[in-house]
Amino acid sequence: MLTGIELSLTIAQIIQRLRGSHLHSQIERQAKECLHQPDVKLESLKEDVRSFLKTSGWERKLQNAVYRELQLPPRHPPAPPEHLKEPLVYMRKAQASWEKRVLKSLNSMSTELGVPLAHMRPAAEQKELTNKWNEMGTDEPDLSRFRPVYAPKDFLEVLIGLRNPNHDSSEDISVRSHWGLIQVPLNVRDIPHLREAYSELNLTSGQMGIDDHALIHPAVLCTHSLFCLHVSCVVVMEEDSAAAQQYSRQGCPTGLRADLWALILNATNQPQDVMHYEQLKAGVIQHNLLVDNLIYKDVKLTASNDDYYFVFEDFLYQVLLCFSRDTAVLEHFKYNSATPPKSYIQGEIISVIPFHGFSMYVAPLCFLYNEPSKLYNVFREMYIRYFFRLHSISSHPSGILSLCLQFERLLQTHLPQLFYHLRQIGVQPLRLAFKWMVRAFSGYLSTDQLLLLWDRILGYDSLEVVAVLAAAVFAFRAENLMEVTSLASAEAVLADLSTLKVMPLIQVFLFATAM
Amino acid sequence: MSGTPDDTKPVNFTVKAPVYLQIGDAKADTAHSGVCVVDVNLPFGKPVNIEEVTFKNYYTAYVTVRLLRRNPEQEAPAKWCTAMRDLPLMDNPHTEGGSQDYYTIHRTQDPEKEVSDWLSDLTLTDQHPDLEGLPDPQTVSSSIQQMWALTEVMQTNQTTASIGRFDVDGCYDISLLSLT
Repeated sequence: MLTGIELSLTIAQIIQRLRGSHLHSQIERQAKECLHQPDVKLESLKEDVRSFLKTSGWERKLQNAVYRELQLPPRHPPAPPEHLKEPLVYMRKAQASWEKRVLKSLNSMSTELGVPLAHMRPAAEQKELTNKWNEMGTDEPDLSRFRPVYAPKDFLEVLIGLRNPNHDSSEDISVRSHWGLIQVPLNVRDIPHLREAYSELNLTSGQMGIDDHALIHPAVLCTHSLFCLHVSCVVVMEEDSAAAQQYSRQGCPTGLRADLWALILNATNQPQDVMHYEQLKAGVIQHNLLVDNLIYKDVKLTASNDDYYFVFEDFLYQVLLCFSRDTAVLEHFKYNSATPPKSYIQGEIISVIPFHGFSMYVAPLCFLYNEPSKLYNVFREMYIRYFFRLHSISSHPSGILSLCLQFERLLQTHLPQLFYHLRQIGVQPLRLAFKWMVRAFSGYLSTDQLLLLWDRILGYDSLEVVAVLAAAVFAFRAENLMEVTSLASAEAVLADLSTLKVMPLIQVFLFATAM
Repeated sequence: MSGTPDDTKPVNFTVKAPVYLQIGDAKADTAHSGVCVVDVNLPFGKPVNIEEVTFKNYYTAYVTVRLLRRNPEQEAPAKWCTAMRDLPLMDNPHTEGGSQDYYTIHRTQDPEKEVSDWLSDLTLTDQHPDLEGLPDPQTVSSSIQQMWALTEVMQTNQTTASIGRFDVDGCYDISLLSLT
């Protein structure tokens, strides 16, 4: 709980952030307009205006905005801004040098191929692109010269190499107590703490997707499902972000998932959002960035090859090409922890340099939203809240480093025989699970299961479930893994996750593992 | 911002190098004891009222702040008092949480204890551990004894008949059970 001083500091900071925002001017305008109403009297002006804002739903919108601001860490006066993003100096340094490496790789690709980082499109090309905007997938440009700037396994090597300079590692490597790859002593939660934190996933609680299975005759839908459906409808109608988030912990009904997610992320589709998207689209048409070719290549290599997502190829271009030019993304990183790998290209800032598989963050969302600017807004919110942590170096509990360590620790603690066996045959479990976690399982699970997993990411505002699921998959396939004798056969056992049902796996791993 | 005292000013101070405490004779090649003392000296002569102490942590788990106070009117020698004892800065000293964070100790947090010698604070109490939430040991041990007696009886009367709980219409075989 915050003390008196901390509370007034937090309140002052939130007021400062909301002042001057679009919501602020909207509420001001509404308050001015309501003065014309007959039931607003001069004697009780303040109360009447407040009750008007309450009944018209504006107070709820303000509550949602405050709730969103509260998700951010409070600012401690003497701490500099970079400390708030990442308190550990050695992590900041590691992230900065990783960003430099990525940018250097991009620059050398540009020099090697003779393609400028950014250039203006000739008028004819601009016209052609405008006409073809909705079917960019039909283009077959020659992308053979382009290669991804980096792949997840390159990033894993960087994470493995991280060391805490204050840690006394004078001991011999052979007697080191860590048998895993991650050597940084971050605080990660074990099953007893996870059971408390994820109590809604208890085996005795109904979950959407298991307990409302289609085997039940539609006319005899069980009362639990009816109740959940009713609650979710009420939540959507009341437009309550906090309630939507709490609700999402037990899974969202398919028909309401899109609205619930938009509510949780506060991703509205107001006119100014649509305008912002149109501006980005205009930017795409005017300039060609080297990064665009990387995006094309990534979509062609990953999403277009996927049975579930190839139909959304055009949407993916429309979202990702705009996203790479969206400098507003950088604004959010001022007070969200960590810095994205941004770079200056001939005076223009581009916000994110994609890596191999990046388009898979967007692909599942195409099932929920078919309007490009809405899809764009939701993806952008998901990225700046969660996905960027999966490819940045930080000590945040939802950062990929913590997830990797948590996965290793869960396996070491609860499946020690399996961990030992895999080490004996020269396999590090993290090398098998890393690619799943970096993409939050997108492209590895079937879509309906993936969306159920992402329900929990939103519901608990944390990516921990990704690490828990990775460990749960190993637990599920433990018997087969104990029999393999090589890396190739271990990979084969874990190659196909498309038949897995995520919630039973997570529930059994968290609540039925013997302690 | 309303409510915060704006008339506080930073005070000049000098910090001496940390000295690690040792028991007995100091040996040069042993590892650090894990407890060290940092002396902070305020300017001599001018009396100051300390409102808050701000510092940046570097892998310290707990901090105790002691002040050498002298009442300016009285001629009595200065006395050591403990302003803050064992304030935890790191949740878990083996993990990174709080290891490089900024901290501020406000005057209002001081418990205002006047202790002349911290050793006097150590008292041993003979308490039974708190059993809240746990079952009564006596009932647990008596029920365990009953269970043990039952297993002894069962072991002597072992049969080869199957228990049969998993037989449903004879078509359910435990080895066919799978999760997918």
